[in-house]
Amino acid sequence: MNKIKTIIRKEWAEVFKKRMVLFTVIFMPLFLSVLPLIILYSMGGTAENSANAELPAQFQQFCKTDMSSGQCMQYYIVSEFMIMFMLIPLFVPVNIAAYSIVGEKTTHSLEPLLATPISTSELLTGKNLASVIPAVLATWVGFGIFAIGSLIITGGGTLAAALLDPMWLIAIFLAGPLMAILSVNFSIMVSSRVNDPRVAEQLSAVVILPLLAIFFGQIAGLFILNSTLILIMCLVLFLVDILMVYLAIRLFQRETIITRWK
Amino acid sequence: MITTQNLSKKFDNNLAVDDLNLEVSEGEVFGFLGPNGAGKTTTVRMLTSLIGPTSGSALVNGYQIGKQDTEIRRSVGILTEAPGMYDNLSAEFNLEIYANLYEVKDPKGQVEKYLRMLGLWDRRQDEAGTFSKGMKQKLAIARALLHEPRILFLDEPTAALDPEASHLVHDFISELRKEGRTIFLCTHNLDEADRLCDRVGVFKTHLLVVDTPSNLRSQLFGRRVVFHLSSSNETIAASIRALPFVREAKVYENKLIVNLEDPEGHNPEIIRVLVGAGADIQFVGELRHSLEDVYLQLVKNA
Repeated sequence: MNKIKTIIRKEWAEVFKKRMVLFTVIFMPLFLSVLPLIILYSMGGTAENSANAELPAQFQQFCKTDMSSGQCMQYYIVSEFMIMFMLIPLFVPVNIAAYSIVGEKTTHSLEPLLATPISTSELLTGKNLASVIPAVLATWVGFGIFAIGSLIITGGGTLAAALLDPMWLIAIFLAGPLMAILSVNFSIMVSSRVNDPRVAEQLSAVVILPLLAIFFGQIAGLFILNSTLILIMCLVLFLVDILMVYLAIRLFQRETIITRWK
Repeated sequence: MITTQNLSKKFDNNLAVDDLNLEVSEGEVFGFLGPNGAGKTTTVRMLTSLIGPTSGSALVNGYQIGKQDTEIRRSVGILTEAPGMYDNLSAEFNLEIYANLYEVKDPKGQVEKYLRMLGLWDRRQDEAGTFSKGMKQKLAIARALLHEPRILFLDEPTAALDPEASHLVHDFISELRKEGRTIFLCTHNLDEADRLCDRVGVFKTHLLVVDTPSNLRSQLFGRRVVFHLSSSNETIAASIRALPFVREAKVYENKLIVNLEDPEGHNPEIIRVLVGAGADIQFVGELRHSLEDVYLQLVKNA
């Protein structure tokens, strides 16, 4: 456990000195928390005007009965942004993990590190947690800002209750960490095959594609996210995470890394 | 301390190390010499359990490579070819990380001990990236010693260092030798090997020869004695060549260079012959072959 803590301390001390990583960890959650609040605030005065706007037929059934049409439209638009909010646990760890693994290659620091009596699982657990913890914290803090902001803007009415319903809480507090684990392990696998942190970042960003598919799927009215779907998504993520952790450890071949990483 | 038996390593179709049989004793400084791409670093990596052998076996500090890798990593120190420090972390934090990974009981105390020993204590808060090459190398040596390993693998410890920094590193290796540590030194620097090593092994995919530097010199070239004469000529050289124990005698300006196996035993007889031939002897000395001559000869013949 002490070795894992050491790796986490080292990663944070190193990675958070990189401005690009700091920018991603701080700016992106802030942006994605504040943007839906701005929309919520700006639509507050035009709720009645929004009443005539067309909503996907499937979505209308999820609007609470005591919501006005305008509020329902607001709920719909902000819900779309809530999906984008889930980018945080996917995107933040990609940045950290890309520097954390490929950075070791570029500075030639991996060989002395692997010469210590640290096991591969200890090393990868340390690197995983060093990326996952900031991502999860950034997601939760961002969601906290959004929750408080939406309560203030809507005065805690039906719309606020709908926006803070269990579906989103499950998404943020359960799916978020699972997504972060998926993202980090995918980055580790990509990093073991490339030599440049920027290339690792770009390739690792592929993990956001399924989320974008959900975003556009809902906009296109193909489906509407609900608690059941999110729970199924969590279950799938959990299984995929187990597979990704297993693959990341399997693919992290010390010998290949030492002899082939240039 | 280190024993290898038919140790081999193949990368795809490329044989990097072929049937290495070697024994390094406790407290010995062993020089591992060879040209670039000879397989020296691969050998060090196998002996420090960073990579596994394709065939053969090795015991390091009593532990078998491939079976007791964690124990080997815990009991040896390694200075890798590139220092590989975390450049944007302080020197002190760099070492603290490794002290913790090596499970050192008093990490802060050990870090302080080696930073002071290597003259880096005053710069402990500075980022490693601001250090000169020599300072980084010293920091990497400190890192290799934090857990007090009895066996130390040094891969090109003075490569790319200026003479002053190299001198400091040499002095430090001499200190480690006095402490009785076993040192496996990979180097291109033959003066360094000559000065520091008890024995050297010349390696080019397979081990060409192992012996002390002085034995290698005499085996390959014999020993040469130079007689400075007031004047020298072929007649004098011919009288020396006629002696049965003389391998070779050459005249160079007013010097007579004689190749012998046992100068201590045969010099008096040569001097008698020279005086008898009317030569005025001004000075007698031994002409030493450098280890570089030995190395080049061996590698050329390999």
